[in-house]
Amino acid sequence: MIRRGRVLAVDVDERIAVLRGERGDARVPADPAWRAGDLVELGGEGERGEGGAGGGRGVGGRGVGGRGVGGSDAGGSGVGGSDAGGSGAGGSGRRVRPYDGPPYPGPGTEVARLPRARIDRLHQRARALAALRAFFDGEGFLEVETPLLVPSPGLEIHLEAVPAGAGYLITSPEYQMKRLLAGGFERVYQVCKCFRANERGPHHASEFSMVEWYRAYAELDAIAADVEALVAHVCRAVAGRAVARVPAAEAAGAGPREIDVTPPWPRLTVREVMRRWAGVEVAGDEPAAALAAAVRAAGIEIEPDAAWDDAFFAAFLARVEPAIAALTRPLILEDWPAPLAALARRTDADPRIAYRFEAYVGGLELANAFGELTDPVEQRARFEDDLRIRAARGRALYPIDEKLLAALAEGLPPSAGVALGFDRLVMLATGAPSIDQVLSFTAAEL
Amino acid sequence: MYDTSDIRKGLKVLMDGNPYNVIEFQFIKPGKGAAFTRTKFKNLLTGAVVERNIRSGEKLEPANVDQRDMQFLYKEGSDLVFMDQSNYEQVTVSADLIGEAADLMKDNLPCTVLFFNERPVDVTLPTFVFLEVTASEPGVRGDTSGNVQKPATVETGATVSVPLFIRVGDTIKIDTRTHEYVERVNK
Repeated sequence: MIRRGRVLAVDVDERIAVLRGERGDARVPADPAWRAGDLVELGGEGERGEGGAGGGRGVGGRGVGGRGVGGSDAGGSGVGGSDAGGSGAGGSGRRVRPYDGPPYPGPGTEVARLPRARIDRLHQRARALAALRAFFDGEGFLEVETPLLVPSPGLEIHLEAVPAGAGYLITSPEYQMKRLLAGGFERVYQVCKCFRANERGPHHASEFSMVEWYRAYAELDAIAADVEALVAHVCRAVAGRAVARVPAAEAAGAGPREIDVTPPWPRLTVREVMRRWAGVEVAGDEPAAALAAAVRAAGIEIEPDAAWDDAFFAAFLARVEPAIAALTRPLILEDWPAPLAALARRTDADPRIAYRFEAYVGGLELANAFGELTDPVEQRARFEDDLRIRAARGRALYPIDEKLLAALAEGLPPSAGVALGFDRLVMLATGAPSIDQVLSFTAAEL
Repeated sequence: MYDTSDIRKGLKVLMDGNPYNVIEFQFIKPGKGAAFTRTKFKNLLTGAVVERNIRSGEKLEPANVDQRDMQFLYKEGSDLVFMDQSNYEQVTVSADLIGEAADLMKDNLPCTVLFFNERPVDVTLPTFVFLEVTASEPGVRGDTSGNVQKPATVETGATVSVPLFIRVGDTIKIDTRTHEYVERVNK
């Protein structure tokens, strides 16, 4: 299977080497000249053309292109099954790039060598991304790329943008995506990097990958159906079945749990979960002090002068999230109170509620969706509120995106859209316990 | 002052007049909600553990604590005397601060002593110590299956459970956190 790669170790007596290729490790017959650190290519027929010609093989070219080996033989002989098997006894092969440095670093201290689990996860991640693109292609979405470097990053009060050049890196591509909707596109999606300063934890990386998609002339339910179908599709592509794998809670000490992600997913409203699990009634238009009193009455400690959202999340995190994490199915948590609407439109039936849902799988918050606010006047008022709160809390102030407001004024069709954390989706599909395990390199490794 | 991005294991902070050591922390950021760091602190004076949510932007006061490498000199009743080898300064520490591991301490053992406002409040031993077995019954021949153990006394007077093959004169490696035998060491 493994035809070339890096020699990790050589047993000179047994003439056996451990070779790390693109797909994993293998024990192979060693050439006596090989040393740990060498990049080598095994001998044998039908293999030599693989690296050089590139065009020779056409079919099954997926595994080609291991770490910079760049074989010089152009020979196009490539026919004959790539996994031809054992390469015979002789242990003949050639050193593509002999290692000549100080003694090759021991396992775990090398820079070049990736942990085995990560190699596997990066393959799974690529499979997830390919499946995701196939899904959107099948749904008639256009893949777009909007700028990452912008003058006006998101104003959301709890996000900090990373300054870059004369502007900032995006915290989400939503402003530009909505301009595309105003420009006439009906179904657009993108997979891009987003940047949020000071976010670092088992489910957070400061630089992470987001999938955002929008449907013009559509309701939020269409987006919920997309999320359900996409997650099931990607899990099937990676794990073979429509299941997400969630590491067991610390206390349980058991193996990962499997969550059936087959659509449709159960739905609950925010009012229902707050009542059921936190014992707190949430209207959406009560004063902060009233909500804080209700939260305190439910036995949850909070500061006396807590803001509305802080009071809400104190109860939500203490009582609701643990209950969601214990569910055996995913959850669409819908009908968020207006103070947490962000860019969502208020519902026609009850203005204290917004068209917003969050999708949870195994307790992990995977996606956040809006029935998009299309009213430029209300949008400007919300931006100005956000700026006021940011100023009061001593946070950085970013310019309002006037181009977005102008696009809304010219007319954004009724639309719905969602942002889904791609790294988290890969975590769920692969059962990875932390975001670090699905990244090629973490910030700490740079 | 520290802020939440400084929080890491081992950070020493002052809260309500007491020095605390960060032993665990997790970044939490609900969608559309404020980020905070759920942090477990251990009181360096009492050992009590408290959990607090530190919101992004909140400040933590550094504790006036000082860690010094010191050598264990000798026992004096229920006290232990340590010396800072850089200036030969000596301090006396109550054995209570060290707990069970105190009976694994051999003269000249390098330790870390933690001072809070110039007062020693904690002693960290090396994770492993190497001690010679001074007394132990010979193991019963043949009974080597499973995990059978016997008591052995080491040179400091402590008693630890060891496998049957350990004999008087052997040097063994002991984990000071658990008081458990780890392995025999060939001299």
